[in-house]
Amino acid sequence: MSLGDKDTVKAFWANVAGKEEQIGCDAVSRMLTVYPQTKTYFSHWKDLRPGSAPVRKHGATVMTAVTDAVSKIDDLTGGLLSLSELHAFTLRVDPANFKVLAHNLLVVLATVFPNDFTPEVHVAMDKFLAAVACALSEKYR
Amino acid sequence: MVVWTDFERTAIQDIFSKIDYAVVGQAAFSRCLIVYPWTKRYFGGFGNLYNAAAITSNPRVASHGKVIMEALEKAVKDMDNIKATYAELSALHSEKLQVDPDNFMLLGHCLTIVVASQLGKAFTPEVHAAFQKFLAVVVSSLRKQYY
Repeated sequence: MSLGDKDTVKAFWANVAGKEEQIGCDAVSRMLTVYPQTKTYFSHWKDLRPGSAPVRKHGATVMTAVTDAVSKIDDLTGGLLSLSELHAFTLRVDPANFKVLAHNLLVVLATVFPNDFTPEVHVAMDKFLAAVACALSEKYR
Repeated sequence: MVVWTDFERTAIQDIFSKIDYAVVGQAAFSRCLIVYPWTKRYFGGFGNLYNAAAITSNPRVASHGKVIMEALEKAVKDMDNIKATYAELSALHSEKLQVDPDNFMLLGHCLTIVVASQLGKAFTPEVHAAFQKFLAVVVSSLRKQYY
């Protein structure tokens, strides 16, 4: 990511403040509904429907982590080390799914911020989420 | 054989009846060229695609965006025969244009994002799923003639 990309991400992400739960819940709901193969990772949840309690809670967890990643944008690999270990050794999520969640998050951002989510913001966010996915994949092998 | 539920049929036809093809086509196609710049390789004859501002104001990008939407409309009008509808277009993309078929879903992603920003809350997860299924069928049909 260029300096410009990082600035764009930080500036845009400031809009998210206060809406983390709503956005996170919607992104996870969409991922489970639109890409049902992702449900295989959540068979331990009682309720996988859009907006359910476990979905809402997990959406908040994900958004807290992404917000944290924004603050660590200059060293994602170092900053996301323990999360990478979690995903690699405990959760064992196929890293291809990171792209899936990222896409659904971008769709939600487009619905919530139709005017601010310009093509320039879109490309910067896409690059950022790809970098986050890469950092999360670090410890896999 | 693709099986569409009544909900899916209605959702997709509803989306296409609500959107302005010129606006959405231009927005989705230009977004694709901006967010996934390697897709510019197929549009060498389109003039200035140097940066986001140039792409957004490029008239050939705008008109081609509309062409894409009109082609998608053909599938919406005959949802049970999408493979047959796109047989010729598939051969065109494979033999003449030589487009890497992995690019089709990149445009699909951008179209989803533009439709989402237009419809807002109305683009529920269920409607989103129907739209994604439609795009997957379109992409699969466009891939059919590649060998």
